[in-house]
Amino acid sequence: MSAMGQAGQPASASAIAESVRAGSTSARSVVEAHLAAIDREDPSLHAFLTVLADDARAGADHVDELVSRGEDPGPLAGVPVALKDNLCTRGVPTTCGSRILEGWLPPYDATVVRRLRAAGALIVGKTNLDEFAMGSSTENSAFGPTLNPHDRSRVPGGSSGGSAAAVASGMVPLALGSDTGGSIRQPAAFCGVVGMKPTYGTVSRYGLIAFASSLDQIGPFATSVVDAALLFDVISGHDPHDSTSLDRPGSRLAEANCPDSAQSVEGLRVGLVRELMDGTDDPVAQMLAKAADALSAAGASVEEVSIPELRYALCAYYLIAPAEASSNLARYDGVRYGLRVDAEDLTSMNSATRAAGFGPEVKRRIMLGTYALSAGYYEAYYGKAQRVRTVIADAFAAAYQRLDALVGATAPTTAFSMGAKVEDPLSMYLSDVCTVASNLAGHPAISVPFGTDEAGMPVGVQVLAPALGEAVMLRVASALERASASLPGIPAAGRASTGRASTGDPAPGRAPGQVGEPA
Amino acid sequence: MGPDDPLELDGRPAPGRAEISEAGVTLDGWEAVVGLEVHCELKTATKLFCGCRNSFGDEPNTNICPVCLGLPGSLPVLNAAAVEMAMRIGTALNCDIRPSSFHRKNYFYPDMPKDYQISQYDEPINVGGWLDLPDGSRVGIVRAHIEEDTGKTTHLGASGRIHGASSSLVDYNRAGVPLVEIVSEPDIRSAEQARAYAAELRGILVATGASDGRMEEGSMRVDANVSVRRVGSDRLGTRCEVKNLNSLRSLGRAIEYEMRRQVDILASGGSVAQETRHFDEVKGMTVAMRSKEEAFDYRYFPEPDLVPLAPDDSWRTRVAASLGEMPAARRARLVELAANASSGPHLEASLSNQVATVVDLGLDDLVVAAISAGIDPSLALARAANEAAANAEAASGLDPSAFATLLGMEAGGKLSATQAKAVLAEMLAHGGDPETIARAKGFEALGDDELARAVREAVSANPAEWERYQAGEEKLAQFFVGQVMKATRGRADGKAVVAELGRLRG
Repeated sequence: MSAMGQAGQPASASAIAESVRAGSTSARSVVEAHLAAIDREDPSLHAFLTVLADDARAGADHVDELVSRGEDPGPLAGVPVALKDNLCTRGVPTTCGSRILEGWLPPYDATVVRRLRAAGALIVGKTNLDEFAMGSSTENSAFGPTLNPHDRSRVPGGSSGGSAAAVASGMVPLALGSDTGGSIRQPAAFCGVVGMKPTYGTVSRYGLIAFASSLDQIGPFATSVVDAALLFDVISGHDPHDSTSLDRPGSRLAEANCPDSAQSVEGLRVGLVRELMDGTDDPVAQMLAKAADALSAAGASVEEVSIPELRYALCAYYLIAPAEASSNLARYDGVRYGLRVDAEDLTSMNSATRAAGFGPEVKRRIMLGTYALSAGYYEAYYGKAQRVRTVIADAFAAAYQRLDALVGATAPTTAFSMGAKVEDPLSMYLSDVCTVASNLAGHPAISVPFGTDEAGMPVGVQVLAPALGEAVMLRVASALERASASLPGIPAAGRASTGRASTGDPAPGRAPGQVGEPA
Repeated sequence: MGPDDPLELDGRPAPGRAEISEAGVTLDGWEAVVGLEVHCELKTATKLFCGCRNSFGDEPNTNICPVCLGLPGSLPVLNAAAVEMAMRIGTALNCDIRPSSFHRKNYFYPDMPKDYQISQYDEPINVGGWLDLPDGSRVGIVRAHIEEDTGKTTHLGASGRIHGASSSLVDYNRAGVPLVEIVSEPDIRSAEQARAYAAELRGILVATGASDGRMEEGSMRVDANVSVRRVGSDRLGTRCEVKNLNSLRSLGRAIEYEMRRQVDILASGGSVAQETRHFDEVKGMTVAMRSKEEAFDYRYFPEPDLVPLAPDDSWRTRVAASLGEMPAARRARLVELAANASSGPHLEASLSNQVATVVDLGLDDLVVAAISAGIDPSLALARAANEAAANAEAASGLDPSAFATLLGMEAGGKLSATQAKAVLAEMLAHGGDPETIARAKGFEALGDDELARAVREAVSANPAEWERYQAGEEKLAQFFVGQVMKATRGRADGKAVVAELGRLRG
């Protein structure tokens, strides 16, 4: 990890932690460099809703003190991390991108936040999102949209668009998002960074403000697969505060499964899923073909497979997720915290508060979900969607009988223009068509940057694996990451303006066409 | 409870009281069909889904945390102690304990922090049991499931209800307290039977250790589903659910009222509307709260934040084994013990009420110890069900052997009945052993010799009365008892004096 970024700082999370733990770089200087980047970049990106400069500096000083005393501050020593603003932070505004939580200060830290602090990470701020994580462009934030660092006329994807843009622009090396139907992977693809949705239950949801509880999962954004794995290692593990939390054996995925060996996928059986390619734009389809070639070249056996059941995933998702949301969001009633719009009686106060506090997409989903759960409709909608969910899980299970991992597009398109889909919810929902199945099944999936379209916008390739299959997923993702280095690069984006060059940066100057050819 | 309530007389309607409805229609030929839903707060140390204290009567909003306040991002974690108590209740009610799951019951109300209640819906932990009542009838149990309690709202303003309140205060200490809801089959046919069911169920809940069964404090809350039909019909009429029944007395009154109301409607050709009704304790009547059409659509769906619950065999076996005797078995045991120890061939009927009281108050050990020590069962039951029961809380802490010793002193004539009661009252109020207390009160009874001497002295001092007594004027025995009492300053036992007189008379 020799590459240096801003002001001579190490750029990747792994390199920062290594350097801070060794005492060769101070956490304080790391955090100052990144706060400076935020000052420079964020006014034109709007990735952050809150910047915690003082907290981050105090945290950095504490890390430096530990190092000076010869103690180990932890695996993320001095690494600046941004949090999607639906993760509770004690005493710090946590808005979910909504007016309804105006003025509310959580009295507790989410479990992931506690784990980050315990690992020596520095929380530098809270990032923008579609309101209550409902959206695919971050345009549904009550506080205004986030812009794509590669092209400010385009969306960064969503709902974790702020976290994706923050990492892509070099303002932070790591960020956390939440993924209910693709909200980590799709913005990662749009912004050209790595975004991972872990197996449901591997990361505690305690302190994650719920959208759809059976689908929500917290996961990392990073500039490299190994950094994503490093962050996942820190945040995962059993939490007694979350009944759905799994007791995963504490293997260190970052070290074991992201080796620099070109043969790491040797012998793996990888399926290229037709349903995760059909209907994608040409540039995305072309990159998928190159990704398949690259994996073959690296020693995997790649075959095209069809899992027809995946065609029903989006429909099932848009019943189950709103149904759970309609219940999860009932508590924002003006009685206890957040916004209250006074009215003559209780019911009117509830209605007035919710009418003023929620944006149109949130209202749309609450209504959809309420309808889907209503007496007389439950079986036809929610009940059937749950059965589809089982069918999809079974179909995946059948595929994994003979395949180790699956590959497909993360999103059917690259980042679209601001405003292009705001008026057309259905076309916006279609943005999630490749990602929702993993949430329904509870499986892990990761988006890895893999080339660009003709406009220079990043393309993401998605790797899927069975439940708790993070190890094999990361091996395949690492192989794609290595292969992507020989593609025409991810455009400069924030990097040009920050002068940043990170590990995993593409080698410049390669022409299209060289890609994917066996070395 | 008072003599004007016909239900207070041994559970039987007062004789001579006409069963006439309000409108003058006779209730003859009609019967009530009643099913009860009983909510029971579990006595766990902590709440159902968080570590907050489960405690009644604390300063408002002191036993709260992000979880029981339903703050954004918080998640429930099931309390194993609550599950175990629910299993104890299910076992005691002869239910099947099954794999179960939790659902969300969605409706808006300010005392419910999440605006949904976590409850068991189509897969309750306890299914299909029964409860036998002391009169020999059996009431089926549909289910006994786990759910969380809500907070408590106080509405300020004239009405005391949410409509028209100037403002409302919410105390969330109760939010998330574990409840078990016990739903009976509609097997109950009268107000008396409903009261007997609720009383017996309360005894069982207390005996399992799951609840303190205090209706007045709301730790046991009863709703009644009431319909009426012609005797002999096997069809169910349209039912009304009656809420706000805060005592056994209210339960009985509300069912009686509701039965008369519905019979009046049906007898005059009308039809009963399915609705939820509120019992007004002061007016003694039920009033409509909401109709079937206004009923909430709770939009139940599986609670995604909790995993299914499947107690294994060893847990179930452990719970069953740790369950003590239930009230019916304890009553039977006391009756048998008393009958065996009685001189007579069978136990007097009046004693069965005393047995019920003793078991209800958990004073079994006192009676068992006394009877085992050779005390006559009627004395043991009387002292336990009357004098000890008057201070039940202290009595449950009384040393059974001290109680037996006291009754032994009374039976052996060392203490008169009056003295024995006074000693017992002292034992209950301040503790101590009966001999010491009796001595301190100067109650020590005369020895046999001293008593015989006192009687002889009384006889020789009153020769005329003695002659009349000898001639058969029995009432003069009381005269001599009085003389002896006077001479011994009350230390003599009246019965012993009479016995000695008889012996002297020959």
